Amino acid sequence: MRLVILDNYDLASEWAAKYICNRIIQFKPGQDRYFTLGLPTGSTPLGCYKKLIEYHKNGDLSFKYVKTFNMDEYVGLPRNHPESYHSYMWNNFFKHVDIDPNNAHILDGNAADLQAECDAFEKKIKEAGGIDLFVGGIGPDGHIAFNEPGSSLVSRTRLKTLAMDTILANAKYFDGDLSKVPTMALTVGVGTVMDAREVMILITGAHKAFALYKAIEEGVNHMWTVSAFQQHPRTIFVCDEDATLELRVKTVKYFKGHGPL
Amino acid sequence: MRDGRGTVRAPVLQFTNCRILRGRRLLREDLWVREGHIVDPEKLFFEERLVADQQRDCGGCILAPGFIDVQINGGFGVDFSQATEDVSSGVALVAQRILSHGVTSFCPTLVTSPPEIYHKVLPQIPVKSGGPHGAGVLGVHLEGPFISREKRGAHPEAHLRSYEANAFHDVLATYGSLDNVRIVTLAPELGRSHEVIQALTARGICVSLGHSVANLRVAEEAVQSGATFITHLFNAMLPFHHRDPGIVGLLTSDRLPPGRHIFYGMISDGMHTNPAALRIAHRAHPQGMVLVTDAVPALGLGNGRHTLGQQEVEVDGLTAYVAGTKTLSGSIAPMDVCVRHFLQATGCSVESALEAASLHPAQLLGLEKHKGTLDFGADADFVMLDDSLHVRATYISGELVWQAEEARQ
Repeated sequence: MRLVILDNYDLASEWAAKYICNRIIQFKPGQDRYFTLGLPTGSTPLGCYKKLIEYHKNGDLSFKYVKTFNMDEYVGLPRNHPESYHSYMWNNFFKHVDIDPNNAHILDGNAADLQAECDAFEKKIKEAGGIDLFVGGIGPDGHIAFNEPGSSLVSRTRLKTLAMDTILANAKYFDGDLSKVPTMALTVGVGTVMDAREVMILITGAHKAFALYKAIEEGVNHMWTVSAFQQHPRTIFVCDEDATLELRVKTVKYFKGHGPL
Repeated sequence: MRDGRGTVRAPVLQFTNCRILRGRRLLREDLWVREGHIVDPEKLFFEERLVADQQRDCGGCILAPGFIDVQINGGFGVDFSQATEDVSSGVALVAQRILSHGVTSFCPTLVTSPPEIYHKVLPQIPVKSGGPHGAGVLGVHLEGPFISREKRGAHPEAHLRSYEANAFHDVLATYGSLDNVRIVTLAPELGRSHEVIQALTARGICVSLGHSVANLRVAEEAVQSGATFITHLFNAMLPFHHRDPGIVGLLTSDRLPPGRHIFYGMISDGMHTNPAALRIAHRAHPQGMVLVTDAVPALGLGNGRHTLGQQEVEVDGLTAYVAGTKTLSGSIAPMDVCVRHFLQATGCSVESALEAASLHPAQLLGLEKHKGTLDFGADADFVMLDDSLHVRATYISGELVWQAEEARQ
């Protein structure tokens, strides 16, 4: 893996955004050649999205020939609910850039047949030629997307019940009322993300430090599903200093010794 | 614009680089319009998979709902209460000229007149949608003749009436038809007002209290019967008294029907109400403030002397006097001037000032789902304002209907 450590959240966000921007530009997307991007939600990638929007507004980056696939969506939450991931993506990204609405794919948590919706999503990814770069985050419990502890490391897109840790972490977005927090979600599987040609995981903040330690310094374990990426040929972990707090000094020194390539 | 199936669909307009008044706040958001209505771009994106067909850069301006004037007696030489052969031309002229003041909907107002005038004029002022031809007519405001003799102000004494004898039947006989009527101002102390107010309210007509010597108790009973508005607060009513606040006391009354509050019109032209009085009313009850012009035919006429009907009027800037005297001859401040003056005199937020001229009159008339708001689904009637609230452009149903000179270049 590459472990890129930046001094703070803003610098980490900028590094990640520049990486994504450069990948898209180097790919030279066009009419018959779309760049496929996997996208996360949550507070961690907000800074990255802001930077991507800035590059777009400066005229440096277009999403006209980019197809996006979001990782997950709550089940049973109306699409226009302020906390749905559709709302998140619209407000924090889609409305500010020039992506074609037909190319912005998000799982529908209100589909009549949820498993069919998941299967169709896998099919769309396949039809798009697979994911070029999947950007993700990590939960405090080490999950990628909603692949909670205990999820199969070869899982595909499916319906998952959320772990109590996740529900508690989300309560703040639902007026602190646990009864309002969704308990189920549709999510890409660990296997789905592993299929991507390249994976970039964003991890910032001290509260994610233990999960990062478990993900990269301990073994591959379905209790910390991000650890699966130890077996992916091209993964980058982008963090700020605080996220490295639980790592060995030796690990940090090793990776800091290597500047960005 | 053809969609995937080849059928032509209405273009989607996106107004960008602006701040819009939505949810009681000024937000840095784009305004999306389709087929004369404000649409939800998130819904368009995810459900219809559409992006905008055209974008308009608003240069950082404020987009506010179009102003609604519920009390205007005429302007530009036109007097709505005068029974000419061609009342509709007069209304159309005023409707077109007030677009530059940011007004997109209004209630032509008739002062106390004899029945013949009502019978002749009212059928000629139908409710009408706005457009490039002018602001929309929401219905007529009938101020009088069922008002107090003592508080008639400039209304002609000879034509005052009562409905003591036959209550609502007298009302119908006087006005002729109520088809085009939206608001009626009356004095609630007149005998049988309770029945009249109920009958008018049942027909969807807004009843306003004004030109009255009612005390607070009578005013409260009128509100309980259905009255929802006060015509030009402070003017033509008993002054506030600490043991009987009169109609003014409605602003803080605890005897109003639950869930309802009173709306009150105020002319904030800097002349008709002392700024301190404006502030007292606003601070006591900000949600009820409705800015009105109560403009007279001299509105929009240049400085100098003008003959209006039987009157000689002298216009000097924003003031109109009875010629040769220092007596005020009605208000001539355009609505946008009233909004700016209100903002400056009360020190309120820009949002509050804009709502007093748009959302509140819409709420008064029960139109807040379509007018006075930039919520999704509302009619796309809005004004483009600079930071000092000068009108740069006016839109009705998403169409540009007026634009300031400089903006045209």
